[in-house]
Amino acid sequence: MALAQKPSKANYLWRMFVNHAATTLAVVSTILVVAPLIAIFAYLVYKGASSLNLAFFTKTPAPVGETGGGMANAIVGSGILLALSSVLGVPIGIAAGIYLSEFGRGGRLANLVRFTADVLNGVPSIVMGIAIYSLIVLPQKHFSALSGGVALGIMMIPTITRTTEEMLLMVPNSIREAALGLGVPNWRSVLAITLKTASPGVITGCMLAFARVAGETAPLLFTAFGNQFWSANVNQPIAALPLQIYVYALSPYDEWHRLAWAGALVLIVLIVVSVALVRFVTTRGVLKGAN
Amino acid sequence: MGVGIEVSQLNAWYGTNHTLQDINLKIPANQATALIGPSGCGKSTFVRCINRMHETNPIGKVTGTIRVGDLDIYNDASPVEIRRRIGMVFQRPNPFPTMSIYDNVAAGLRLNGFSNRRILDEVVERSLKHAALWDEVKDDLKKKSGASLSGGQQQRLCIARALAVDPEILLMDEPASALDPVSTAKIEDLIFQLKSQYTIVIVTHNMQQAARVAERTGFFLNGRLVEFDSTHKIFTNPGDKRTEDYITGRFG
Repeated sequence: MALAQKPSKANYLWRMFVNHAATTLAVVSTILVVAPLIAIFAYLVYKGASSLNLAFFTKTPAPVGETGGGMANAIVGSGILLALSSVLGVPIGIAAGIYLSEFGRGGRLANLVRFTADVLNGVPSIVMGIAIYSLIVLPQKHFSALSGGVALGIMMIPTITRTTEEMLLMVPNSIREAALGLGVPNWRSVLAITLKTASPGVITGCMLAFARVAGETAPLLFTAFGNQFWSANVNQPIAALPLQIYVYALSPYDEWHRLAWAGALVLIVLIVVSVALVRFVTTRGVLKGAN
Repeated sequence: MGVGIEVSQLNAWYGTNHTLQDINLKIPANQATALIGPSGCGKSTFVRCINRMHETNPIGKVTGTIRVGDLDIYNDASPVEIRRRIGMVFQRPNPFPTMSIYDNVAAGLRLNGFSNRRILDEVVERSLKHAALWDEVKDDLKKKSGASLSGGQQQRLCIARALAVDPEILLMDEPASALDPVSTAKIEDLIFQLKSQYTIVIVTHNMQQAARVAERTGFFLNGRLVEFDSTHKIFTNPGDKRTEDYITGRFG
C-alpha cells in the first residue's frame, strides 16, 4: 500500500529541492518589486541632492541666466492643489463606496456606478485635463488652482470608491447585525461601526489615490497651468512641483536640469512622508488585539 | 422587568422559501423559553422575527402579529425602537473589533446619542458584572480590544453589550454553540441569573441545555411549531410523536 511505503531518501531530497526553489523564487520576486523603487530613489538622491539648499525651499524660481532660486512656490502650490483635490475627492469617493457596499448592493444603479468608476479610472490623465479645461477654464476665461484641484480630485474618486467598497465588503455581516441588534439606526451603524471597522483599508485607498495624483503633470497643464511667482489664490494659475519639474527638465539650461532633479527628489520624499504621517496618525490608539 | 411575548399567525419567507408557517405561541415573562429542532427548522428565523432582524435581509418577509407587552411590534413602533427593547445575542461572538472592552459595552448607548461619562461608567460596570465578566476584564477595560478576549469571554461581552441598553427581552440564538464546555456552563449559569430580570428566549441544538435552563420548550420542525409546553413535559411525556422521536434521537 502507498501509505505504508517508507519515504525514500530520493523523495526527501526532491522535496527539499522543490521547497528551496519555491522560497528562492519568492525572495527573488520580492527583490524585483522593491528594486525599482530603491533604484529610482538612489538615482534621484545622486542627481538631485547636491542642488538642495535652503534657497530651494524658500525662494521662487530665478529668471533665466541667473543661478540660484528655488521651488518654494511650487511646493506650496502642490500642497494647495492636493488639499483642494482631497477635499473634493475623498468625501465623494468614500460616500460612493459606502453606497455601493451598504445601500445599492446588487442594484442596477450600483452596477452603473461601479462600471463608471472603473471607466473613469482608465481615462488618461491628459484627457481629464482637457475635459476640465473645457468645463471650467474656458467658461472662466483663465487658468486657476481651483480647476487643477477639480481635475486631480475627480481622478482620485474612482480609486477611493472602489477600495472603500472592497474594504466595506470585507467587514463581516455579523458586525452589522450586532449594531442593528442594539437598536442603532442603520445610517449610524454604517458610519460608526462598518466604516470604522474598515477604516485602515479605506485610508490606504485614499493614500493610494493621493500619491497617484500628487505626481500628475498632464491634468495640470491646461488647468493649474503653472506660475513662476508666489500665488495662494485659488482663482489664479498656480505652480505645482510636477509642472515645474516638467518645464525645467525640458529646458536647455543645465542649472534648471539640476533643479528639476532636486524637485523630483523633494516630490517623492514629500509623498512618502505624507503617506507615512497619515498612517502613523490613523493607526495610533489602535488597541491591543484588534486586527 | 421582562415582558411576555404573544405571537399569532406568524409567517415568514426567505424569497419563495416559506420558512415559518402559522406560528402561534405565548412566551411568558421572566422565564427562559428554549426553542429546539433540527437545523433549518425555522427556530432562528423565529427569534429574528421577534426583534425584526429578519426584515434586514432584502429577501426576508413577515406577516402576522407579535405583541411584546402591550406593543404590536410590527405596527406600533419602528424596528430601531423594537431592537432597543429586545436585545439579541448571536451564535458567534461578534464584538466590535476596533473597540475596547469598555467601548463595546457602551456602544449601544453611545450610538443612540448618550454621552454622560459618569452614567456610562456605571452602566458598563453593572452590565459586565451581570454578564459575569467584570472580574476578568476590570483592569484593562479601555486598553484591550474586545476581539482580544477568548471566545467564551467574547460571548459574555456580547451579553453585557446587549444588557447595557436595558432591554426587556433577551433573544439568544445558539449562544453557546461555538464555545467549549466550561464557557458553556458559565453562559448557562448566567441565563439562570438573568431570567429574574429579563424574559429570555434561547435557541439551542443542545437538548440537555434546554432541559437545564428553560421553564418552557418549543419544538420546531419544517417551519412549524410542533409542540410548546413546559420543559418537563416536553422531555418526559411529549404529546406529539415527532417531538418524542426528536428528543430520543431517532432523527435530526
